[in-house]
Amino acid sequence: MSGGLFDIPSDLQNTYWGLVGLHLREALIPVVVGLVVALPIAQLCVRLRWLYPPVLWVTTILYAIPSLAFFVVLIDYTGQTETTVMIPLGVYSLVVFVPAIVDGVRSVPQETLDAATAMGLGPVRRYFQVQLPIAAPAIIAGLRVATVSSISLVSVGMLIGNQGGLGNLLNDGMIYHQPRLIWLSVVGTAVLAILADALLVLLRVLVTPWMPRGNRRSRPVDEPEPMQAALEDAVR
Amino acid sequence: MFGVLIRIDSVTKRYPDGTVAVDNLSLEIPDRSITVFVGPSGCGKTTTLRMINRMIEPSEGTITLDGKDITQQPVNTLRRSMGYVIQNAGLFQHRTIVDNIATVPRLLGWSKDRARARARELMERVGLDGALAKRYPYQLSGGQQQRVGVARALAADPPVLLMDEPFSAVDPVVRKGLQDELLRIQGELGKTIVFVTHDIDEAVKIGTMVAVMRTGGHLAQFAPPAELLSSPADAFVEDFLGADRGIRRLSFFSSAGLDLLTSPVVAVDATAEQIAERGANDVPYLLVIGADGRPLGWSEPGALTAGDIDPSRLLAHGRPFEHGKDSLRAALDCAVLSPTGWAVAVSADGRVAGVVSQQTIGEAIRAAHAEGRTDARDSGDAGDAKVAG
Repeated sequence: MSGGLFDIPSDLQNTYWGLVGLHLREALIPVVVGLVVALPIAQLCVRLRWLYPPVLWVTTILYAIPSLAFFVVLIDYTGQTETTVMIPLGVYSLVVFVPAIVDGVRSVPQETLDAATAMGLGPVRRYFQVQLPIAAPAIIAGLRVATVSSISLVSVGMLIGNQGGLGNLLNDGMIYHQPRLIWLSVVGTAVLAILADALLVLLRVLVTPWMPRGNRRSRPVDEPEPMQAALEDAVR
Repeated sequence: MFGVLIRIDSVTKRYPDGTVAVDNLSLEIPDRSITVFVGPSGCGKTTTLRMINRMIEPSEGTITLDGKDITQQPVNTLRRSMGYVIQNAGLFQHRTIVDNIATVPRLLGWSKDRARARARELMERVGLDGALAKRYPYQLSGGQQQRVGVARALAADPPVLLMDEPFSAVDPVVRKGLQDELLRIQGELGKTIVFVTHDIDEAVKIGTMVAVMRTGGHLAQFAPPAELLSSPADAFVEDFLGADRGIRRLSFFSSAGLDLLTSPVVAVDATAEQIAERGANDVPYLLVIGADGRPLGWSEPGALTAGDIDPSRLLAHGRPFEHGKDSLRAALDCAVLSPTGWAVAVSADGRVAGVVSQQTIGEAIRAAHAEGRTDARDSGDAGDAKVAG
C-alpha cells in the first residue's frame, strides 16, 4: 500500500471508486423500483379515496421498522447480499413517493381534467398525457427526498458483511484506527447525495419548461427538505 | 362543417341520493345558432350541457344529433365531434399554446405538422398573436387563455360547440370583447353552439334562442331574447330578467328609424348669419362641429361669436351613437347622458349625421314596441337579427 489519499484496505477487495459505484447502485435501484411500484399504488389511491389513509398508515409503519430488523428477517431468504440491503430501502421510499404522487395528481385542476374528458381523452390517455406530466414536479420533489435518503441509508449494509458501499469504510476506519477512511466514507456519501440532488433539480428544470419562472418549487406540499430527511436518517 | 340539430327529448337526470338536477326537459336546439341555457345556480344548466357530450348520462330520455341517438357511437368519438369550452379555459398547463389547440386533431390522427398548421390558423381566427404559439398558458392573460380555449374547441372543425360559462371568470371589458368575437366567429362558421351562463345580459346578447331554467331543473321559458324581454312566461322569468328589461329590450330595435335634425348643427367656422339663422329655430342649444365633421360640443346660440368659437368652452357632447348601426338603447343612453338632453348621431366615419331629442327617441320607442308586439306573435322561431350596442 503506497498511502495515497484514496487507497483503502485490501480486506474490502475493492477500490474507492468501485465502492462509489456499488454505493450508487445499492442506493438508486431501490429508488427506481420504489417509484415504479408507487405509481400504480398512488393511482389507486387517487381513484379510490378511501384507500389513501390506510395505504399511508402502512407505508408509515413500514418506514418505522429499522433496517436492522428487515435484515434479520430477510437474511434467511436473500442472504448477505445487496438485495437484502436494497429491499428495505425500496420499501422506505414508498413513504415519500405515494403521497408525492397522490398530491401531484390531485393538484391537476378539475377544469383541466374536465376539458381532457370533454375532448375525448380516455382514462389511460388522461393519466399519461395530462395527470402524470402535471404531477411531474411533485414526483421529482419526492424523488429528490427518496434519493438523498437512500444514499445516506446504504451505509448500514456494512453490518451484513460489507454490503454498505462507502459505509464499509466506517468499520475499517474503526478497526485500523484510520480517520482518513471515515472521512472518505462520510464526505464521499455527502458528495454523492449533493450531486444526485443537483442532477434531479436539473432534470426538473428540463422537463417543466411550462412552470412559471421564479416559482419552480413544485407547490407548497409539506415535503421535508432532502437535507432534513438525511438528518433524520442519520439519527435512525 | 356546419352545425347539426340537437333534440333533447324528455330528459331527466336523477342522482342516487334523490336529487333531481334536470326534470323532464324537452327542447330542440336549432342548428347553426347559439342556444343559451341561463338560470340561477343549481338549475341544471351545466348538467344539461354535459349530458349532450355524455360527461353525464341521463337517467331517462334521449338526446339526438340530427336524428341519431348520441349513445349509438363510441363516447370518445362523440366528444371529439363536439368542441368544449370551459370556465378558466382548462388549458393543459404543460403544453404550449399551439399544442393545446392541436389536441383534438392529434387525437383524430392528424400529423403533427398538419395539426400545428391548423392550430396557427385558428389562433388567427380567434384574434391571437401568432407569436404566442410557443408560449405556455401561464404566460397568457385570462382573456387570451379563453381565446385559446375557443380555438382548441374549434380545432377539428366540430359541428357542435359546447360552452360552459366560458367568459364568467374574465373582467367585464374582456368579456364583452370575447362575446363580440364569438358572435363574429359564429357568423363565419355557423356552428350549433350550446352556451351555459348565469348572466342574463350575456344570454340576451349572444343567444339566438334562450332557455331560462329554474332551480330543480325545470325549463321556465324557451324563446328568442327579444320575445323573452317583451313577454316573459311567468313571474320567475320576469324577476330573473331584472327591473330594466324594458330598457334592455331596446337593444333589439335599430336607431335607423330615428328622424335626425340637422338644423341645430353649426360648423366651428360658421358666420354670424349662420349662427343667428340656426339659433332662430327654437332650439335651446346648437352643436358645434369641427372642420372634419366630428362633434366638438354644445353651446347656447347666444354664447357663440362667429370666428371666435373656443372648443374648450363648449358643453361636452357625450358619447355619440352610430345612426343605423347602434340600437335605440344606445341612442336613449346618449340622450340621457347628454347635458342638453339631445343625443348626437354620427355616421360610420364619425362625422355628425344629426341630433335627436329625448322626445323623438321616446316616440320611436313607442312605435317600436307597438311593432314588436305584432312581430313576437308571428315569428316564434330563431333568427332575429340583433342590433349592436
